[in-house]
Amino acid sequence: MGRLQGKSDLGTLHAVTRCRLWLTTAALALAGCAGPFPQSTLRPRSDFGRAIDHLFTDIFWWAVVVFVLVETLLLVALIRFRHREGRPAPKPTHGHTALEIGWTLAPAVILVLVAVPTVRTIFATAGDAPPDALKIDVIGHQWWWEYRYPAIGVVTANEMHVPVGRPVQVSITSADVIHSFWAPALGGKRDAIPGHETRIAFRADSVGEYLGQCAEFCGKSHANMGLRVIVDADSAFETWSKAEQGGPATPAPGSAAERGKAVYSRSACLACHTIQGVSPGVIGPNLTHVGSRTTIAGGMFPNDSAHLARWITDATALKPGSLMPRMQPPLTDADIALIVAYLQSLK
Amino acid sequence: MSGAPPKGLTGWLTTTDHKRIGLLYFWTAFGFFLIGGLEALVIRAQLAQPDGHVVSAETFNQLFTMHGTTMVFLALMPLSAAFFNYIIPLQIGARDVAFPRLNAFSYWVFLLGGLLLNASWLVGPLFHAGALNVAPDGGWFGYANLTERQFSPGPNIDFWQLGLQILGISSLAAGFNFIVTILNMRAPGMTMMRLPVFVWMTLVTQFLIITAFPVITVALVFLMFDRLFGAHFYLTTAGATPLLWQHLFWLFGHPEVYILILPAMGVVSEVLPTFARKPLFGYTVVVYSGILIGLMGWGVWSHHMFSVGLGPIADSVFAATTMLIAIPTGVKIFNWIGTLWGGSIRATTALKFAVGFIAMFIIGGLSGVSHASPPADLQQTDTYYVVAHIHYVLFGGTVLGLFAGIYYWWPKMTGRLLSESLGRWHFWLQFIGMNLAFFPMHLIGLLGMPRRVYTYSPELGVGSLNLVSTVGAFLIGVSILVFLLNVWRSGRRGQAAPNDPWGGATLEWSISSPPPVYNFSVIPTVTSRLPRWKTEHHEPMRDPPATPPAPIHVPGGSWWPLVAACGLPVMALSVLAHTLWLVFVGAAILIFGIYRWAYEPFEV
Repeated sequence: MGRLQGKSDLGTLHAVTRCRLWLTTAALALAGCAGPFPQSTLRPRSDFGRAIDHLFTDIFWWAVVVFVLVETLLLVALIRFRHREGRPAPKPTHGHTALEIGWTLAPAVILVLVAVPTVRTIFATAGDAPPDALKIDVIGHQWWWEYRYPAIGVVTANEMHVPVGRPVQVSITSADVIHSFWAPALGGKRDAIPGHETRIAFRADSVGEYLGQCAEFCGKSHANMGLRVIVDADSAFETWSKAEQGGPATPAPGSAAERGKAVYSRSACLACHTIQGVSPGVIGPNLTHVGSRTTIAGGMFPNDSAHLARWITDATALKPGSLMPRMQPPLTDADIALIVAYLQSLK
Repeated sequence: MSGAPPKGLTGWLTTTDHKRIGLLYFWTAFGFFLIGGLEALVIRAQLAQPDGHVVSAETFNQLFTMHGTTMVFLALMPLSAAFFNYIIPLQIGARDVAFPRLNAFSYWVFLLGGLLLNASWLVGPLFHAGALNVAPDGGWFGYANLTERQFSPGPNIDFWQLGLQILGISSLAAGFNFIVTILNMRAPGMTMMRLPVFVWMTLVTQFLIITAFPVITVALVFLMFDRLFGAHFYLTTAGATPLLWQHLFWLFGHPEVYILILPAMGVVSEVLPTFARKPLFGYTVVVYSGILIGLMGWGVWSHHMFSVGLGPIADSVFAATTMLIAIPTGVKIFNWIGTLWGGSIRATTALKFAVGFIAMFIIGGLSGVSHASPPADLQQTDTYYVVAHIHYVLFGGTVLGLFAGIYYWWPKMTGRLLSESLGRWHFWLQFIGMNLAFFPMHLIGLLGMPRRVYTYSPELGVGSLNLVSTVGAFLIGVSILVFLLNVWRSGRRGQAAPNDPWGGATLEWSISSPPPVYNFSVIPTVTSRLPRWKTEHHEPMRDPPATPPAPIHVPGGSWWPLVAACGLPVMALSVLAHTLWLVFVGAAILIFGIYRWAYEPFEV
């Protein structure tokens, strides 16, 4: 999970990037070589992400300059003017007009140098993609993400697929409380606000799988509202969207999956979940192709039979506050195993 | 002297002496500071490694909500208030504040509001819930619509909104009191431009309080009506928007940041000149920049809301106003360095904390500039990067600044000196601890960890950085223990403090430590900004005689501020218990208290 396939061309690193790399390496060393940082803001993989990164790099260096200057002045003052016996009393200076004007203007000039690229970047990243962009509607729920692709008729959850190199227009809203959609490698976050539609636009530039998660405190399981953006090559995206556009897989006659479908169809699951042609619920994630997703429960667990079974048995035990109730009367372990087999067959 | 104040417990309960009220504020606020600190340590224990299991998600959300709420409203604001109370009348040459009983009322309301908020930790069983189940859990910022009844059905949010409403009353009463005190109670010759900078910053802070707190009060009343009476000020389903809360909250919330930092800036502006033996550099500029910060603080609130998508024009405007505010702040920093420059610096503990303030606050200021830029903020907001920022501002800034004030004024307030060697340990442990705790958070945030999460996955790669941060947090805890040891030692066998242990220039150093109940035996006449120092044009003033040449009337205490204050939590209880008649009982107590207070004979 969390593989990063972007590559950096070491030959063209300029000084800034080198220092950033150094910082990241330092962090890596500190982090006990915990591997790459799949949710880092410092490795942008889209035009939106890179625009922010350039701006932040500029501001970072201005901050370093000011920091070094001020702390040096402070240290010099402390050392040079420390109290020594026998030294004459300090001159009672009250101020110096030219100095005051100087140190008012100096930060003003630096701030102008920060403000100009800031405003330019604000307008460049205002969230408007060209008209041919792939449109995706994001709906935040407590505590999972719903994605709708209106143009290609796909509805899925938590794992977003986008094609590499093509502009993407994301419209964001919420079904309950305020959330914030954030996939750092692809750009900044935008809040999902009930009754509002907010937007971001980006063009991913490297194939890979990027982690993200909800960034606005949204209740008990705010920490468990993960997401993934999978940037596919064009052909892989075509394959994925073709598969998602079709109906759910039909289980082989006599298979465990087929019996699982029967259990599913008479359980309460169908009140909340959609499986195209099988159940109409819209409260929980759409399960039509749930078998093709790599994780469940908002990115908390791998999508394997053990986790699925535990999840169906008692979701709140795995995810605090989860709105998926325990079935009443409880499903038997055998029934759960059959449902798991069915869900896994829904590729 | 007539009407000697009552002694013992009655003396404290009925006191209207600004010095006693200052001490009450100090000890109460410090108690809450310890509680808020313990909450922080549990938070850090939970986050020390990925997938932590020290506390549940539910408890964690309560902990970070109460940590923020406690530190802002119950620790830092009232610690500043302790200094306003104790020091302001002394610095302006007054016998007390303008409205001593209103002052007592402010304190009691603060105490009761704080107790009400914290009672939520314990009273779960009364609401048929566990003991750790009904503390507020919506964040100190309490964003609607998560705080609405639909999503937060328990009494948690009610404790929070009622507690804050009560605390607001305390702050407002104190705000008006100190504005009138500073404007009207100054000694002869103490013109506005001779006021110590701490008094100036207090004045600006009080104006911010009386203008900002009504805004949050309105927001909280809306929320209360939504939750209690099915109103829909923040409900999307009724065509309203939860963004209204964010605008109201931050319209209060940003001035609140300056309410927290300006008093500490005032303290630093007192401490540096004393220990550099040099007048504050650019007094006028420091004063005007403080006023400017206060005014500009009103025009920047939406920088807390860049991620809600206000549109490029609003984003640009708020980016510009936010960056502008860095200029007067920078000017202050340069003037403080100018004060040190050419001085004769004695590295007392108070000075170390004041210099620590400058060194750390600048880091918070610079990271602040990076999220004044909306696109950059879209990556930083709601991550640990912002947690690092606010802690460099509010811990590196306000807390270090307030400790500078504690070490500076402790002898005046208690009559005993604190140990300088323990102070040195305290300072360095705290300084190293805070940098270990908060610096890695910049990186943790940039590497993608959001704030307010009770757990994080090992695959984010931020486990070790979080461990470092936790170690730092516990080091801060140790430093606070050293401070408490210092306090205990000072109380037991601290050296008696002379009137003026530091060679200070301001009026409080001209009288005994602690000062007599009437403060000044003779109200001084002020002829200079630094009355006790020799400057080019002025000889130092003569200190007032140790015994008053004529009897001084000292008002006795009053029960009525305490009685009136007790009405408020009773009214809050009515909301919590959904019992209408209680609200009338509470109102009756409040009105009865105020009535008797109003008709209390002047000579008691």
